Amino acid sequence: MDFKLSKTHLLQQEMYRKFAETEIKPIAEEMDETEVYDQELLAKMHKYGLMGIPYSREFGGVGGDYLSYALCMEEVSKIDGSTGITISVHTSLCCSCIDGFGTKEQKEKFLRPLIDGSKTGCYGLTEPNAGSDAAGQQTQAVYDEATDEYIINGGKIFTTNSGFADLCVVFALTDKSLGTKGISAFVVPLKNEDGSRAEGVTVSDNIRRMGIRAASNCEVSYENVRVPAANRLGKEGQGFKIAMKALDGGRIGIAAQSVGLAQGALNEALAYVKERKQFGRPIAAFQTTQFKLADMQTKIDAARLMTWRAAKTKDEGGNYGPEAAMAKLFASDVANQVCREAVQLMGGYGYCREYPVERALRDAKITEIYEGTSEVMKMVVAGSMKIK
Amino acid sequence: MKIVVCIKQVPDTNEVKLDPKTNRLIRDGVPSIINHDDKSGIEAALQLKEKVGGTVTVVCMGPPQADVALREALAMGCDEAYLLSAREFGGSDTCATAIIISTALKKIGYDIVITGRQAIDGDTAQVGPQIAENLGIPQISYTEELDINDAADTVTVKRQYEDRYHMIEAKTPCLLTALQELAEPRYMHAGGIIDAYAKDITVWGFDDLKDGLNPDHIGLNGSPTKVVTSFGKMAKGAGEKLDVTPDEAVAAIIAKMEEKHII
Repeated sequence: MDFKLSKTHLLQQEMYRKFAETEIKPIAEEMDETEVYDQELLAKMHKYGLMGIPYSREFGGVGGDYLSYALCMEEVSKIDGSTGITISVHTSLCCSCIDGFGTKEQKEKFLRPLIDGSKTGCYGLTEPNAGSDAAGQQTQAVYDEATDEYIINGGKIFTTNSGFADLCVVFALTDKSLGTKGISAFVVPLKNEDGSRAEGVTVSDNIRRMGIRAASNCEVSYENVRVPAANRLGKEGQGFKIAMKALDGGRIGIAAQSVGLAQGALNEALAYVKERKQFGRPIAAFQTTQFKLADMQTKIDAARLMTWRAAKTKDEGGNYGPEAAMAKLFASDVANQVCREAVQLMGGYGYCREYPVERALRDAKITEIYEGTSEVMKMVVAGSMKIK
Repeated sequence: MKIVVCIKQVPDTNEVKLDPKTNRLIRDGVPSIINHDDKSGIEAALQLKEKVGGTVTVVCMGPPQADVALREALAMGCDEAYLLSAREFGGSDTCATAIIISTALKKIGYDIVITGRQAIDGDTAQVGPQIAENLGIPQISYTEELDINDAADTVTVKRQYEDRYHMIEAKTPCLLTALQELAEPRYMHAGGIIDAYAKDITVWGFDDLKDGLNPDHIGLNGSPTKVVTSFGKMAKGAGEKLDVTPDEAVAAIIAKMEEKHII
C-alpha cells in the first residue's frame, strides 16, 4: 500500500493549484455575486487540459487517470466550488457517457471536441418529478422510421452547464412499458454550429440557488427536438445503466470537490487564527482553537484518502461504485462540518461575504444533494454489503 | 532552428538563509522553482518556435533534484532536456558554471541560446554573458521584446537599459538574456506533464563533457570567486508607531528628524 502520489501526480497537483490561485481566485467572489460563469476562464481550462483529464489521447484527451482528475477537482474547489462542478459535470457525467458507451464514430464526432478544448457538455437526467427516483423519467424519445431520427419531448431541471453548453447527454423513455429498461441515452446538440440555439431546445435563466452560484444550472425543455438515430448512445433501453455508471464515477469528482471545499476553508481559517487577536493573544494560541483545527484536518485527510482509494480502484478497473459512494457520503459531510467550523472560527468576519469561507459554506451544502443525495449513497453502500 | 534555453532551479523565497559555516544557501525545506527570468526565456523560446518552427531544448546545471525543473519545462512544451550534474561541478562560481554550460552547448548545438538575465538567489547576471563569450557569439542582454524574421536568421531585440531602450538586430547564432517582462510564461499543460515524465532527460556528468573541460577551471576549487563571508541583513528595531492625524504626523516626523540632526 502506497499513500504517496507519483511524480506525475505531484506535478499535476502543483499545476492545478497554481492555475486555481492565479486564474480563479481573483474572480471567484465576483462570479458568485453575479451568478455568471466567466467564459474566458472556461476557455483557459479547456486550453490547459482541465476539461479532458481522464480521457485518452486517441480522441484529444489529456491521457490522465481518475486520480489526476480528483487532484484537479480538489485544487480548483479549494478556491471555487462552482468551478469544481463545472469541470465535474462536463468531465465525469457528460464525457464519460460518450467515452464508455459511444462507438468510435460517436467518440470522434462528440467526445473529441469536448476534450480537445472546443466544446462544453452537460448531462440531463434529473426532471422536476424524477430526482432520487431517477427511474421515474417522463421525457420521451419516439423513433421516426421515415427519417431515422428520434423526436424528443420533455423537460429536465438542474442541468449544470446548460446555460452555455454545446451539447447534452439526455435520458429519455423510448418504451414506457419497460420501466428503467425503457430509458435510452442521446447526445443532443443544444446549439447549432453557428452558436444559435438548436430548434426545439429552450434553456431557462440560471436557477437562483444558495451556493455554487457561478455555475450555470438551468431548466432545459425539449419540444419536438429531432436527433439522428446515430446520436443514441448504446442500445435502446441501456440509458439507465449509462446514467448510473456515469454517476458512479461522478461521485469521485464530488467527493474530491468536497475535500477541496473543506481544505480551502480550513486554510483560510488557519491563516485567520494566527492573525486574529482576542484576550491579548492570537486565537491560534488557545487549545480549543488548535483542537478544532486538528479535528478538521483529520476529517479532511480521511475524506481525501477515501476519495483517492475510489479513484485508484476505478483506474485499476475494480468495482469502485461502493467506494465512490462511501467517499462522497463521508466527504460531503466533512465539507459541511469543516466549512461551518471555519466560519465559526472566523466569527462575524467568517459570516461576511467578502471572506471566502462564507461562500464555501454555501457551496458545501449541495455536495450532500447532487449526483446522488447522502441517502442514495447509503442505499448504494448498503446494497453492496449483502445485508439482506 | 534549434533554440536552447538555460535555466536554473532556485529556492522559492526571498528570505534565503545562509549556512554560516560554508556561506552557501540552505536549500533543505525550501520549495524550488524555475528562476523567473529563465521561465520567461522558456516562454519566449516556445513563441519563437511557434512562429518559425524548430525545437526548444532546455539545459539545467544543478543537483539531481533539478530534474523536476526540467520536467516542468518539458510540460510547458520544450522538446528535450539536459541535466548537467556531477560532483565535480559542485561549488562552481559564475565563471566555472559558464565554462561547463558552454561546453555542453557546443556538444548540443544551437542557433539561439536564451538565458535568464539573473537568478534570484545569486543575482549576478554574469552566466549568460560569460556563456556567449565562451562560445564566441553575439550577446544581447536585458531582452524585453523579441522578434525573429521569417528566414529565422535574424532577431530583433528591444533591450532595456536604466534610462533608455536599444533596438538591436543580430544574426544567429546569438545569445539573449531574458527579463521577466519578456514573456508571461504559460502554464504546464495537464497532458504535457504526463508526456514530460514519459520522456528521457539526458544527464551529463563530468565524463560526458571531459573532452572540453579542464578540471582545474570548474567546481569550488576551479572558481576564481571566493566567498569570504556571507551574512543576513541586520534586523531593524521595532520603531515607533504614532496614532495621530496627518498634520500631527508631519510635525512629529520633522521634530524627530531635527532631534537626530538630520535636518
